[in-house]
Amino acid sequence: MSALLEMQSITKTFPGVKALDRVNLTVREGEIHALVGENGAGKSTLMKVLSGVYPHGSYDGKIIYDGEEARFGSINDSEKRGIIIIHQELALVPLLSIAENLFLGNECANRGVISWPETYRRTEELLKKVGLRESPTTLVDRLGVGKQQLVEIAKALSKDVRLLILDEPTAALQENDSAKLLDLLEELRRQGITSILISHKLNEVSRVADTITVIRDGGAISTLDAKAGEISEDRIIRDMVGRDMSHRYPDRQRNPGDLLFEVRDWNVTHPEHADRQVIKGASFTVKKGEIVGIAGLMGSGRTELAMSLFGRSYGRNITGTAMLHGKPVDLSTVDRAIAAGLAYVTEDRKSLGLVLDDPISRNITLANLAGVSRNGVLSEGREQQTAEKYRKAMNIRTPGVHQKVVNLSGGNQQKVVLGKWLFTDPQVLILDEPTRGIDVGAKFEIYNIMNDLAAEGRGVVMISSEMPELLGMCDRIYVMNEGRLVGELSAAEASQERIMSFIVNTKKPAMDKEPAI
Amino acid sequence: MSDTAETRADDAPSIKDYLGEHIRDYGMLIALVVIMVFFQFTTDGTLLRPVNITNLFLQNSYIIIMALGMLLVIVAGHIDLSVGSVVGFIGALAAVMIVQWGWSMWLAVPACLAIGAGIGAAQGYWIAYWRIPSFIVTLAGMLVFRGASLWLLEGQSVGPFPSEFQKLSTGFIPDLVPFLGDLVANITGAKRVNGFAVLCGILIAGGIVWLGIRARQRDARFGMTSEPMPFFVIRTALVAGAIVFISYKLSTFRGLPNVLITMGLLTVVYAFLTERTTTGRRVYALGGNEKAAKLSGIKTERLTFLTFVNMGLLAGLAGLIFAARLNTATPKAGVAFELDVIAAVFIGGASMSGGVGKIVGAVVGAFIMGVMNNGMSIMGIGIDYQQVIKGLVLLAAVIFDVYNKSKQG
Repeated sequence: MSALLEMQSITKTFPGVKALDRVNLTVREGEIHALVGENGAGKSTLMKVLSGVYPHGSYDGKIIYDGEEARFGSINDSEKRGIIIIHQELALVPLLSIAENLFLGNECANRGVISWPETYRRTEELLKKVGLRESPTTLVDRLGVGKQQLVEIAKALSKDVRLLILDEPTAALQENDSAKLLDLLEELRRQGITSILISHKLNEVSRVADTITVIRDGGAISTLDAKAGEISEDRIIRDMVGRDMSHRYPDRQRNPGDLLFEVRDWNVTHPEHADRQVIKGASFTVKKGEIVGIAGLMGSGRTELAMSLFGRSYGRNITGTAMLHGKPVDLSTVDRAIAAGLAYVTEDRKSLGLVLDDPISRNITLANLAGVSRNGVLSEGREQQTAEKYRKAMNIRTPGVHQKVVNLSGGNQQKVVLGKWLFTDPQVLILDEPTRGIDVGAKFEIYNIMNDLAAEGRGVVMISSEMPELLGMCDRIYVMNEGRLVGELSAAEASQERIMSFIVNTKKPAMDKEPAI
Repeated sequence: MSDTAETRADDAPSIKDYLGEHIRDYGMLIALVVIMVFFQFTTDGTLLRPVNITNLFLQNSYIIIMALGMLLVIVAGHIDLSVGSVVGFIGALAAVMIVQWGWSMWLAVPACLAIGAGIGAAQGYWIAYWRIPSFIVTLAGMLVFRGASLWLLEGQSVGPFPSEFQKLSTGFIPDLVPFLGDLVANITGAKRVNGFAVLCGILIAGGIVWLGIRARQRDARFGMTSEPMPFFVIRTALVAGAIVFISYKLSTFRGLPNVLITMGLLTVVYAFLTERTTTGRRVYALGGNEKAAKLSGIKTERLTFLTFVNMGLLAGLAGLIFAARLNTATPKAGVAFELDVIAAVFIGGASMSGGVGKIVGAVVGAFIMGVMNNGMSIMGIGIDYQQVIKGLVLLAAVIFDVYNKSKQG
């Protein structure tokens, strides 16, 4: 196989930072080439150089594409040559139909008049290619993220793609949707389409990739031929983080103390559909110094359970009892929940957790302004000291706390959110997908922080879609499905198979170890 | 990373970085100075005559007072189109109460302010608790209160007001320290100098220098990056000098106008509120990311409601001052004021999407508009051209913002 793409000695500097330092990347025709590396390592920058977002002349080095030197001035230039990027944040218009989205800007039209029969015919062809069984007239916002992802790929196919670049396509997908997407990539490979896959999920990478390039600190560290033989994930991780990581989950003393937090018979109704009960009789306990996991598929009600507990931020007709130290607590508004000692770290840190245009310092103090003020008057000095303290404690990698959080990597942003909640000195922390979209190194740091919190005697509830993470971190795991807690497993008895079997065997009535009151 | 390396990374590019981040603040100040110098020349020195400076304050006080409230509304992510009509309505109400019903001003003024706040509450209720877009609610308010003032006045002008009510706008603080005035008059050779005005100017300028130095010391103590020294010296000298200069100019006319004191105090109060209090900080967080603010325990609905109550209160105050200045209430009073107020806030650097903006910026923005109005009128430029030029200045200021932001990002 010949090389479709050769990027030679690419160097890209931003004011003060060298984002890419003489990176070489060779992608062979018809392969799936995985690009892995920590967040901020330079993967996205490299892809932006390739696709012309950073035009020719704004970087050093050479791009040889399809046998000749390419000098893309814009993203349109690269698209014309068949290079198409699908970004993590999908670029679909939710209130337009699949067909309209597919041909947006590229309509099947004659002098500006759209030919709908032609549009629908071609849409159906493309949907068949990506294996999506939906009508071309379905609105995109009716589709789940997984299907939207397929629409994006269909859109790329409509433009005669030769090199498809997917930026973390499975980050927001369930396991079975991810599997389908990977199958599709393999199918496209058979049709001769070359792909570059950026991903954090190493099991996926090792499943489909022919070649793996690891990028670290703006340089290509290694290129591994995945076909030659089994490549261990540990090897990839070592290249990614530059150190040996024999344990993906830090060790800790597991000795849960007394009962700290208890929820009994929690019921929540959907905020708009009064007849849809989202949480059905959920009961669970958290002990001091314990990390409790909640496993389950997306949409099983985990986030809804957490948010309805935290100041009734979700749903209505909420009933049930919440008790701290054996006494009922008032969690009816967010500020009361915070005062009672609850903290909720949201799964969507960008839109629910942070004020992105504000500096780190203001974000860290937001949930506890009383802690840096007297009689309602802020002390900038104390705010600065507080933020600095958490920047050091959380190891947030920035020169100072005046940095806007929008400029931080996912891992650092998550540490800011954690710092913000730690400053409220909570007794129980509910962490909703705390490591989503975060690179391996930062994940490890977040795990360490969680362990420290447990060691201080706080209770931690961890909601996660990644089962290995739950198994590696938790003392106990509840399994949630369709609004019920359908099972409870101790660390010793828990395994991916047992969790899945609880989810699959849902039809049976809910099983609860504790009697519901 | 060691500590020393961190501090170095912090300090090294500081002047350039600092300028990049704060170019807007300096740009505003420079623009105001340039505009004033320009009109000083084109009007043959009329702009900075004591009587004209006094007029500038009287003409713009109600816009500035409303800009304080509008800044909060816009920072919270909303807009209030009704303030012009509220000015007209409250002016009309004051006229009816005082002139027709013969109420004492000590009863009518608090009543009018309370009703202004009530109007804000009525609009804020729908916006905050029912989530109806503020554009629509206040557009409705704009129509309703314009109609209501026509109805109150039965289409007529009502006036004049008793003289003590007029003092709200056109009164001056008497000279409390005449000996100081005589002293200054002897030195500068002016005919008559209001000593109190000079004293206030010097005290305020001194206060600004003192506060600036103290803030720098505090920044240094906590290791915060602060304004580079030369910038600090030039900016503080410029501001303090301008205050002394203007207060001296005012002192040679009739002294400090009452309304200047009201406006100055309110500006200080609101600047403190927005920058130093938890309430102010919460408004910025609300505008920056409402959902995140809510999940951080901030009562976002109540806060939104209160920003509109506050806006109504200030619009009511502006209505009283405007009526006092005209010495009559007319059904057309306050027409299109909302546009001047909103323009001042955006020229002052606030962001349409909320979360960004400063009180000082809004005040400087209002002065830029005010000086241009005043200067162009003295030059005899027609109202047609004036509107076009003001519109272009607003557009240019916002383009400058967007350009800066894209360059940084």
